[in-house]
Amino acid sequence: MTTKTGIRLTQGQFSYLPDLTDQQITAQVEYALKNSWAVGIEYTDDPHPRNTYWEMFGNPMFDLKDPAGILMEINNCRKTFPSYYIRVTAFDATRGVESPKMSYIVNRPAKEPGFGLARQEVDGRSIRYRISSYATDKPEGERY
Amino acid sequence: MNKPAHSLGGADAPATESDSVAGGNAGPHTVDAVLRESQVETVLSDLDRDLIGLAPIKARIRDIAALLVVDRLRLRLGLQAQSPSLHMSFTGNPGTGKTTVAMRMAEILHRLDYVRKGHLIAVTRDDLVGQYIGHTAPKTKEVLKKAMGGVLFIDEAYYLYRPENERDYGQEAIEILLQVMENQRDDLVVILAGYKNRMDTFFQSNPGLSSRIAHHLDFPDYSREELGEIADRMLATMNYRFGNGSREVFDDYLARRLKLPHFANARSVRNALDRMRLRQASRLFADRYRELTEIDLTTIEPPDILASRVFTDA
Repeated sequence: MTTKTGIRLTQGQFSYLPDLTDQQITAQVEYALKNSWAVGIEYTDDPHPRNTYWEMFGNPMFDLKDPAGILMEINNCRKTFPSYYIRVTAFDATRGVESPKMSYIVNRPAKEPGFGLARQEVDGRSIRYRISSYATDKPEGERY
Repeated sequence: MNKPAHSLGGADAPATESDSVAGGNAGPHTVDAVLRESQVETVLSDLDRDLIGLAPIKARIRDIAALLVVDRLRLRLGLQAQSPSLHMSFTGNPGTGKTTVAMRMAEILHRLDYVRKGHLIAVTRDDLVGQYIGHTAPKTKEVLKKAMGGVLFIDEAYYLYRPENERDYGQEAIEILLQVMENQRDDLVVILAGYKNRMDTFFQSNPGLSSRIAHHLDFPDYSREELGEIADRMLATMNYRFGNGSREVFDDYLARRLKLPHFANARSVRNALDRMRLRQASRLFADRYRELTEIDLTTIEPPDILASRVFTDA
């Protein structure tokens, strides 16, 4: 979700901080590699918080020793999808864990319109709430 | 986007670091200090001790090491120089130690802080070139990503380029390779290896590749004496030794073997030693009830060598 409506998406780690520089991303990737987690790059143009499955940009990167290769791929992804949300995930394959240990946004659209809240009155005058990004009113690929 | 309310420490870090460099006194000022700090000398002396012969290669590695040490001293004084291109090509006959030296190279460059991780990824055409359209680029990039921070060793590199098939995907792999070699030379060092004459034709048909490689190292063949020494080393690591008179017989063996075709230097020596071990084993095996001492079990006797085809054919 966002800290203030219509300003910035906050999902995953470091999302309340200013955007990470390449140097900081490299340091985070280095940390993931040190723990032998597989680093993957994902992108989406649907920022709904329940949209957990983003598209993968290439395969998750196993057996890497150095962050330079991942930064190269992040930059590739930024070039391909300049106005999408792009995040870097680090997957821990340890038996029993088998889930992402890190996830942070490395690219975001220049203008983020934020989320709209819709109320729906249901049985017994209860209220249900629904949020959706203003961006998702438009079809995929034309949102940002 | 709104203005950042607070900034991460990391963003400021490089500025403070360069300040301290400009300020001057931190860090070593002599070649000796850098050498002690990086322990590159131990690698170089290991190289001298463990690898027999290869004088021109060792000299070139020393030159490269010297340049990197001096560059580090220059950096302390703020004398920026573009990092030198260290892509290399190793040419030479089979068994002249190309792979072995490449492994050492990764370690040396790591000690000198030229590559960050110092691992070696050894690949051949199969690992880089795909089987259908659109398969090659991701495959090559995958390998390059794995090699970042270390050394990428491409064995028999001339197979990448197949002039007889103009739709061969090898060319695509070469193009991606070139791009990364040029743009990310801080991130990885590429070593191409192969037999001399075929590498020469390969470079002739890919001048872009040849000009991006600063160091063309040619591995000389070993002399007979060097091969003998190599055999001694190999036997010692396998916990064997030459028995009485065996060494002379082995020299004779080498002299005869050198004249035969398909001699692969150290690799042939290794194979010869392996066959001698087999013969020694069956010799001992025949003596079913004899009690074998350690000396029996570790000694290669002249008959083990003389049984070779090299002697019978002549």
